[in-house]
Amino acid sequence: MTSTLDINGKSVAVKAAPETPLLWVLRDELGLTGTKFGCGMAQCGACTVHVNGDPVRSCVTPIAALAGAKIATIESLGGTHPLQQAWVKHDVPQCGYCQSGQIMSAAALLASTKSPSDADIDNAMSGNICRCGTYQRIRAAIKDAAGLTAAPVVAAPAAAKPTASNDIDDEIAAASGSTGRGVGQ
Amino acid sequence: MNGPFRKLDRQDGVSRRDLVVGATLAGGALLVGCSPADLMSAGSKVDVGAFGPFIRFDPDGAVTVLSKHIEFGQGNHAGLGAIVAEELDADWSRVKVLHAPANAKLYANGGMGIQLTGGSSAISNSWEQLRKAGAGARAMFVQAAATRWNVPADQITVKDGVVSGGGKSAGFGELIADAAKVAPPENPTLKDPKTFTLIGTDRVRRKDSLIKSNGSARYTQDVQLPDMLVAMVAHAPRFGGTVKSFDADEAKKVAGVVDVYEIPTGVAVVADNTYAARMGREALKVEWDEGKVETRGSATIAQQWRDIAAGKGPADLKWEAFDSKGDASVASGGKGSEVFETTYDFPYLAHATMEPMNCVAIVDGNKVKLIHGSQAQTLDQMNAAKIVKTLPGSVEIETLYAGGSFGRRANFPSDYVAECVTIAQKVGKGRPVKLVWTREDDMRAGFFRPLVHHAVRVRVDKDGYPASWRHRIVTQSIMKDSPMKAKGPDQTAIEGTAGSPYLKATPIVDAQLATPEGGVPVLWWRSVGATHTAFVMEHTIDQLALKAGKDPVEYRRVLYAKAGEHGARHLAALNLAVEKAGPTPTPGFTRGVAVHESFGSVVAQVAEVKLVDGEPRVGRVVTAIDCGLAVAPDQVAAQVEGGTCYGLSAALYGEVTLTDGRVDQSNFDTYRVLRMNEAPVVETHVVPSGNPPSGVGEPGTPVIAPAVANALLALSKTPTGRLPFVRAQA
Repeated sequence: MTSTLDINGKSVAVKAAPETPLLWVLRDELGLTGTKFGCGMAQCGACTVHVNGDPVRSCVTPIAALAGAKIATIESLGGTHPLQQAWVKHDVPQCGYCQSGQIMSAAALLASTKSPSDADIDNAMSGNICRCGTYQRIRAAIKDAAGLTAAPVVAAPAAAKPTASNDIDDEIAAASGSTGRGVGQ
Repeated sequence: MNGPFRKLDRQDGVSRRDLVVGATLAGGALLVGCSPADLMSAGSKVDVGAFGPFIRFDPDGAVTVLSKHIEFGQGNHAGLGAIVAEELDADWSRVKVLHAPANAKLYANGGMGIQLTGGSSAISNSWEQLRKAGAGARAMFVQAAATRWNVPADQITVKDGVVSGGGKSAGFGELIADAAKVAPPENPTLKDPKTFTLIGTDRVRRKDSLIKSNGSARYTQDVQLPDMLVAMVAHAPRFGGTVKSFDADEAKKVAGVVDVYEIPTGVAVVADNTYAARMGREALKVEWDEGKVETRGSATIAQQWRDIAAGKGPADLKWEAFDSKGDASVASGGKGSEVFETTYDFPYLAHATMEPMNCVAIVDGNKVKLIHGSQAQTLDQMNAAKIVKTLPGSVEIETLYAGGSFGRRANFPSDYVAECVTIAQKVGKGRPVKLVWTREDDMRAGFFRPLVHHAVRVRVDKDGYPASWRHRIVTQSIMKDSPMKAKGPDQTAIEGTAGSPYLKATPIVDAQLATPEGGVPVLWWRSVGATHTAFVMEHTIDQLALKAGKDPVEYRRVLYAKAGEHGARHLAALNLAVEKAGPTPTPGFTRGVAVHESFGSVVAQVAEVKLVDGEPRVGRVVTAIDCGLAVAPDQVAAQVEGGTCYGLSAALYGEVTLTDGRVDQSNFDTYRVLRMNEAPVVETHVVPSGNPPSGVGEPGTPVIAPAVANALLALSKTPTGRLPFVRAQA
């Protein structure tokens, strides 16, 4: 038995049973692995895709519910979407595993709300967990992509110019073959 | 992950010999006259190029830096690449960083003797090694150009990947063949740090932001190979349980299920795809042998730990002293207003990485290849080799990005890796197997931050400063029975209380650790011992300051002065954080301050807190960090931001509980974590330093919890005796 899905603008025939969550069809059958498995019960948002433009958790959405729907995944953004550019500019990702879902949630937000407030961002993004804690850069990048002046949340670190001349090398010499400057000294 | 490895291996002179034993057992062979690294890398076929194990050049001159350390968020690949690029004078835009293969000899962590990423040591242990690697390769290009152009070497310059001299110039690409023939210098000249043009600048940015923003970065979960099977395992519901019997009839009827195996950790279902494996596992019927399981609940364990600290534990339980000095009876004596006593309870914590544990293994006879986010390649090699009875070095590992770890992916038995290898061996014939754990598997598998109890008794002098300090810590040991266990108390349980400047500033100290047995698997968790010791020390200090009627910042300044050199960096970080925070809190917020040293770095934070619907909400957090030379300042800021969120998430909500030995939590609905609307705004300021780089990945994690507790103390005069601040819904 096959189903036909509209994914990233293409009509795709899939073999998976109708009750199969879209997530596993995307990943295992179609090789679209940008959409991530995080929790399997719509708690973390790592699997977020767009269905007719709305952010949807693909891990709990059976393909039977998607006949005729337009599905878009992270792969559809191409890499030059304003949000992706802002993500790179702000070095948002750390481990990166949640970021596809974050960006898809943010893209849906910007599509409906051109100039989101902090409250809009909280509402749209609180379903997406980031365990690395990149939230403040996500916020800054969304504002940047929206053409807003990002609040100065990504504070530039105070100047950390290399200072002393020989100190570093002396310290290295002392540290090599010893404990270095370990905990609790 | 954890710093103690460094100390264990070098300071206490332990673990190498034990590792030899481990490697020997693992390899099933006895090799005489080999170093541990030889032994652990025996059988390896890793090639080293002309420019050494860390640097390769494309024909067009682009540079690849091979990182012995996994990148799972810390940004270490940015810093490691920059160290090489700086000394090599490469064009930073043409440098990429890839994971090195597994080889304990070539790619050992300098502080540990095995290939392992942890202890916030990626930059610090590579600092000299990669500077030399970059400078050595640079010298080879200089010599090649000097010879080709017949120009003295000292008149050759290198800038942005272009070699110039005698009116000629060439890119690295044009000189590779010649340079590769030059003998690498033993001790290449390193730059004067004052002349660095890349290190320490905001040009040092992540190399992986684009691929992590367009879905193309490759994680273990994404591996797809021809003919690959997906495995899921039914695990025992309680720690220590084993399979008594199972019925796989229904499971095998699920479309896509290929086979079902009993393995030491449970019953494995292998299938054509992930969903089929999951459905197959749901259809499985397993009876468990629970004769040796841990049956205590976490409340029972916590009460036992409290009893032990109160002197009501088993008579044969050993106490181990640390940092103690003076007459212990004085610390136990005194009464009335001069004595301050309190206790603290900390729960089990799950790492809860975004990517649940997983692994891909290919086993063909005694040949093994692993493809996964390997945090401890050497341990994974040894454990895999033990299963298939081969040499550890012959176990090939392709290290991938991991969707977080926070310590979880490195553990002594390589739990999920060993499970995958076992299944792949049963499948055999070189057919790839991807083991997938669900969120529920991951949450319930253990390797938690241990449940910990502290009991503190401080006698103060007439001015309100500690005259004696009695401290008892009770927790299950992480390092016990591990091949890296050192002599003396488990450092992972005491670090941060041990070495505290407040103990240095106190004339009499009686500090002891007890590590009773427990059946719950425990492990380091981002910032390890500091996850609890920072809270205990910093929140105790604010309570002492309150008791003395003194400002907590001024109170700390006095203690740091008393601690002398042991308090100097704390004082500098505290002063910078306080200065940057400015005199006035954001309206409606109350400030709390905390300072803690971990992994060689000192972090001071001023956190602004208010109560919203009875829950603490953190707004602005001003941070000062002394991490030596900040190689990648923006990534230092990123780690402080992220580490603060990770610590705050646990402090507010993190708690794994057990009922009759069963883990109560299963997913993010029951293990609450910090979300966007609860995230603070963190400002990061680096304390200028002439020291070499020290840890960054972890030191930002443990300070926020006591800073919040101290703000709540200022707000309500109510101390916090247990975490998390917000208890789960009843």
